[in-house]
Amino acid sequence: MSHRRPVARRARQQRAPWLVVPLAAVAVAYVTVPFLALLERAPWTNLGELVGRPVVTDALRLSLTTALAATGIALVLGIPLAWVLARTRFPGRSAVRALVILPMVLPPVVGGAALLFAFGRRGLLGGPVYDSTGFLLPFSTWGVVAANTFVAMPFLVVTVESGLRAADPRYEDAAATLGASRWMIFRRITLPHAAPSIIAGAVLCWARALGEFGATVTFAGNLQGRTQTMPLAVFLALETDRDAAIALSLVLIAVSLAVLIPLRDRWLTV
Amino acid sequence: MRLRAIRLLAVVAVPALLFAACGDDDDATDEAGSATTGAPAEESALEGDITVFAAASLTDAFGEVGEAFQAENPDVSVEFSFEGSSALREQILAGAPADVFASANTSNMDQVVEGGAASDPQDFVTNQLQIAVPTGNPAGVTGLDDFAHADLLIGLCAEEVPCGEFGREVLTNAGVTPSIDTNEPDVRSLLTKIEAGDLDAGIVYVTDVMAAGDAVEGIDIPADQNVTATYPIASLTDSGNPEVAEAFVEFVLSDEGQDILTSYGFGSP
Repeated sequence: MSHRRPVARRARQQRAPWLVVPLAAVAVAYVTVPFLALLERAPWTNLGELVGRPVVTDALRLSLTTALAATGIALVLGIPLAWVLARTRFPGRSAVRALVILPMVLPPVVGGAALLFAFGRRGLLGGPVYDSTGFLLPFSTWGVVAANTFVAMPFLVVTVESGLRAADPRYEDAAATLGASRWMIFRRITLPHAAPSIIAGAVLCWARALGEFGATVTFAGNLQGRTQTMPLAVFLALETDRDAAIALSLVLIAVSLAVLIPLRDRWLTV
Repeated sequence: MRLRAIRLLAVVAVPALLFAACGDDDDATDEAGSATTGAPAEESALEGDITVFAAASLTDAFGEVGEAFQAENPDVSVEFSFEGSSALREQILAGAPADVFASANTSNMDQVVEGGAASDPQDFVTNQLQIAVPTGNPAGVTGLDDFAHADLLIGLCAEEVPCGEFGREVLTNAGVTPSIDTNEPDVRSLLTKIEAGDLDAGIVYVTDVMAAGDAVEGIDIPADQNVTATYPIASLTDSGNPEVAEAFVEFVLSDEGQDILTSYGFGSP
């Protein structure tokens, strides 16, 4: 990221204004205490046995792959969308933006039901597709990816859009005056400039997808090895076996932290 | 106007007397007696809010029971939380502010009692299972044998919740190994997918099929393969309003409560 302003990055170290540090400490505590409580309840003695069960390994594998796939789809569709929202003016743009971030406010279960009405076997689009090809999204792993993408993509779009808005347009203008094509400017100037926000957005999107529950269970169902992701496995384990549920949650937390902590300092500077 | 007032008086006074008669609380009668004029004077002395944690399969029936109970006790407000019984049990044991627990099976109630959160549960309804298919039965399901067909989309409740436990018991009784496409976290979400036509068949409670009206069709399970679920109810030890909680439980067990429940397809224990 050599074309980012390295000076600005380092110069931020300064003395905090009054009250900022205590409030920040409260914020940290508020998030940390529940995690500590979870650790305190954790069944440390038979943790290994609990997380080694096939139901856990299946769910973990499924969670990681579907969250990654959803992030990939969100990148391919979300970056162009963010660009359109940030760089173009057209009537109804704010309506489009509101629609696109709707899944962030919608209860995920409602999102899942809406997906079912759209892509289910008798859905608006799903119906004709099923009748002509026999292809069905619900109850398949692709259904999980679809639910994840629906819920998580807005996080990427919003982040990338604000990154694009913050980028200095003069570089693009300069490239244009030098005769670069629009595609070349997008690829060589815009995307590299937006890279930190793209990575931040992708990480947020992946993390949201990893924890997705409501839309997944409503749209894709719940079957071990096919659609049962970690959050679903945790939820059902909670029904009968709290220790197992906590153990599963710990695995999910550990995996997320393992990804988020190294990324945090390097990339998430937006 | 006057006529309506009299009718209201009759509606509220009778249960008020009933509660006064069976209650051991002197305050209740004092309060009712000390109020001076008008219909409210004759109303039940019960007041306050309670939260009832009830199995998802009770959603519609308890909605009506709650309305009837509140009609008789205008100063009482009943809130419901409908979920899978096991999720409710977990919440109660974790100290959720609930006053009454109505479970769809005995094991969840037993665990709540063992945890010291309730005592002396009473069975208040029974329920049986039925095969539910979308209206028109597009897949032509005829019975439990169809649950073994891999090309049909079959849903059950997850085995962690009562309807899943019972559903599997029924299939075992019938000697069928099901080809399952989804294990739904509760009976309502299973029913929703059947109603929407996204599943070809599932096993739910008789009452669910009845409640769904025209949205699904029920196919009976032979009596020798069916399972009877018994629902227990109890007021909770940590209730903030034990009088009202107890009154609600009694109302559910009363003839009036039972009439409402049987109209939704439940059996009397």
